[in-house]
Amino acid sequence: MFWNTLALAIKEIRRNLMRSFLTVLGILIGVAAVITMVTLGNGATAAVSERIASLGSNLLMVRPGQRLGPGRDSAGAPPFKLADAQAIENQIGGIKAIAPTVSRTITVVHLANNWSTSVVGTTRDYFTVGNWRLAAGRVFNEAEQRSGKAVCVVGQTVRANLFGSENPVGSTIRVGRFTCEVIGLLVSKGQASMGMDQDDTIVMPLRTVQRRITGNQDVRMLLVSVSDGTPTSVVRRNIESLLRERRHITASEDDNFNVLDTREIADTLSGTTQVLTLLLGAVAAVSLLVGGVGIMNIMLVSVTERTREIGIRLAIGALEREVMLQFLIEAVVLSTLGGLAGVLLATVGSVLLTRVMEVPYLFNPTINILACAFSAAIGVIFGYFPARRAARLDPIVALRHE
Amino acid sequence: MGDGNSADAPLIELIGVTKTYGEGAAALQALRGVDLRVEQGEFVAIMGPSGSGKSTVMNIIGCLDIPTTGSYRFRGMAVERLSRNQRALLRRNYLGFVFQGYNLLARTSALENVALPLLYRGESVSRRHAAAREALAAVGLSDRESHMPSELSGGQQQRAAIARAIVTHPAVLLADEPTGNLDTHRSREIMELITTLNRDRGITVLLVTHEPDMAEYARRIVRFVDGMVESDRPRMEPA
Repeated sequence: MFWNTLALAIKEIRRNLMRSFLTVLGILIGVAAVITMVTLGNGATAAVSERIASLGSNLLMVRPGQRLGPGRDSAGAPPFKLADAQAIENQIGGIKAIAPTVSRTITVVHLANNWSTSVVGTTRDYFTVGNWRLAAGRVFNEAEQRSGKAVCVVGQTVRANLFGSENPVGSTIRVGRFTCEVIGLLVSKGQASMGMDQDDTIVMPLRTVQRRITGNQDVRMLLVSVSDGTPTSVVRRNIESLLRERRHITASEDDNFNVLDTREIADTLSGTTQVLTLLLGAVAAVSLLVGGVGIMNIMLVSVTERTREIGIRLAIGALEREVMLQFLIEAVVLSTLGGLAGVLLATVGSVLLTRVMEVPYLFNPTINILACAFSAAIGVIFGYFPARRAARLDPIVALRHE
Repeated sequence: MGDGNSADAPLIELIGVTKTYGEGAAALQALRGVDLRVEQGEFVAIMGPSGSGKSTVMNIIGCLDIPTTGSYRFRGMAVERLSRNQRALLRRNYLGFVFQGYNLLARTSALENVALPLLYRGESVSRRHAAAREALAAVGLSDRESHMPSELSGGQQQRAAIARAIVTHPAVLLADEPTGNLDTHRSREIMELITTLNRDRGITVLLVTHEPDMAEYARRIVRFVDGMVESDRPRMEPA
C-alpha cells in the first residue's frame, strides 16, 4: 500500500509539474537559505578562530596600564623592565616561554626603497611565543641578543616593499639612523583579526632597539606562552600577584597593568559570529516556514480540485486513512524534493560565497540532514490539514462535486 | 463485523428505512419508511420521478449513507451500526458502482482506472493489471486499455466504468442512471452488457433509472413516489 501510494504521489506531482515546482520553490529557497547562512557563519567563525590562533597559542599579553575602557587609560603607568620578564620566568611555573617586547613604528630604507613599519625589540623566545617560522636565514643568537647587535629578521610585507622578490638575507638596511644586517626572513602569517597585517614587521634583539631607537630600558609588553596542559587562568593569576608585588601595589589599589588572554578574545569573537550565525539561520528558518504554508495552500487547492477523485476513491472502498496517506505522502514527497534541491543549491551557493568572502568552506552534515528532515516534517505538518480534509469528505457530496 | 446468520438472510433488506436531511422546519424527508428485500442474483430497476427518493435509497444500499431510522441489513448485517471505515470495507469487498457521469479518473489510462479498486485491496501490480485486462475484455474494451478517458467515447467510458465496478467480482452492482448521458443505441449496448453480467456471473444488479425502456431490461421494477415504494412487481413479459 505504501509503495503504491508513493508511486501515485509521484505520478500526481509529475502530472502538475509546473505547479509542483512552484510549490517546492518556497521550501527550496528556505532550505538553501538556512544551510547557506549556517555554512557561511561556521566558515566565518573558523576564520576568526584561525586568525587568533595565528597570534600564538595559549598566549597571555601583559601590558602596563589598566585595561582600556570608559574612564580608564594607561597614561602614567610605569613600564616593565627586562627584570620583570626574568622574574616571571623564574618564579612562575607552567610557562613555556616569555618574550619582553618594545616596538616603534619607524621608516626603514634599502637602496631606493623605503617603508614605514613596526620594529619589535625582543628576545629569541618571541619566535616561539608567536608561532613564527623562518622562511630563510636564522634568528639572532644569545650573544647577539646580549650585545645588542644590529641584526634583524624581517616579515614578508617588509621584504616585498624593500626587496621585491629577492632574498633579503645578508643584505643591510637602514633603520632610522643606523644600519642593520638582515639575517632572517619570516614565513607569512597573513592578516590578524581586525585587519592588522602581522607580516609588516621587523624583529631585532631587545637591547638593539632599547639602545638605538627608544633610548631607555623600558619594556612595553610581555608575551607569555603558557605550557600545554596548564590552565591559562592559573598562570594569569600568578603573574598578576607577582607583578602587584614587584610594582608595590597595595591591597586597596587597582592593578596598573593588565593581562589579556588571547583565548578570551577568541572566545568572545567566535561567540559573536556564532550568535550572528544563529540569528541569520533563524531568519532563514522563517522563510522555510513560509514555504510550508505554500505547500499547505497548494495541497488545499489540490484537495478541492480533486474532490471528485477523492469521492471515487472513497466510493470504491478507500479507507479514510488511505486517502489521508495519499495526500500526506504527496505533501511529504513535495517538501522532501524541495529540501533535497535546497541542499544542492546551498552547496553550490556556499562554495561560491565562501570563496568570495574568503572564509573556509566547511561542509556541515548536521545542518544538511537537519534541513532535509525539517522540510519533510513541514510536509507532514502542513500536509496534515489538507489530507485530513480530503479523507473526511462525504463521498456522496464529493461525487456530485463539479 | 456481523450479526450472525448471514447464510439465511436476504442479500439486501431494508426495514422501515427513513431518511431526513436537515433539521427543524427546513428538514426534508427523502425516505418515509421503505421496506425492500433483494435476493442474490436479482436484477431490480428502481424507478420514479426526481425527488422520489430513488437516489437516496441507492446511497443507503451502497453504504455511502445510513438511514435516519429503520435498518438496512446487508447479508443480515446492520449497516447503520457500522463505522465509516467498516462501510468502506463493505463497499470495497461486495459492491461495485456505476455512475451517470462515469467518474473515471482524468489523465489516467483505462487500465489504471479499472485496476484502481484492486489497489485498495493490496494486490500486486501484475495481478492488478491482469485482473483489469480481464475486466476490460469482459466489457469489450481490450483494445483501449492505454487510452485516457478523454480519448474514449461516452459509451466506452461507461463500459470502462463497468469494468472498474466488476473487477473485484462484487456481489452487487449498483448503477445510478448509467445511460443518462448516452444516446439510445449506446444505452442499449450498456444495458445489454449489464444484463449479461447479471445472467452469466450472477451479479445482483440494482439499477436506478427514469427511462422505462431501460427498466425493461430488469426482471423486477420497484417504483418510488414521495419517498415510499409505490409498486414492486416483476417485469411484464412482452406478449
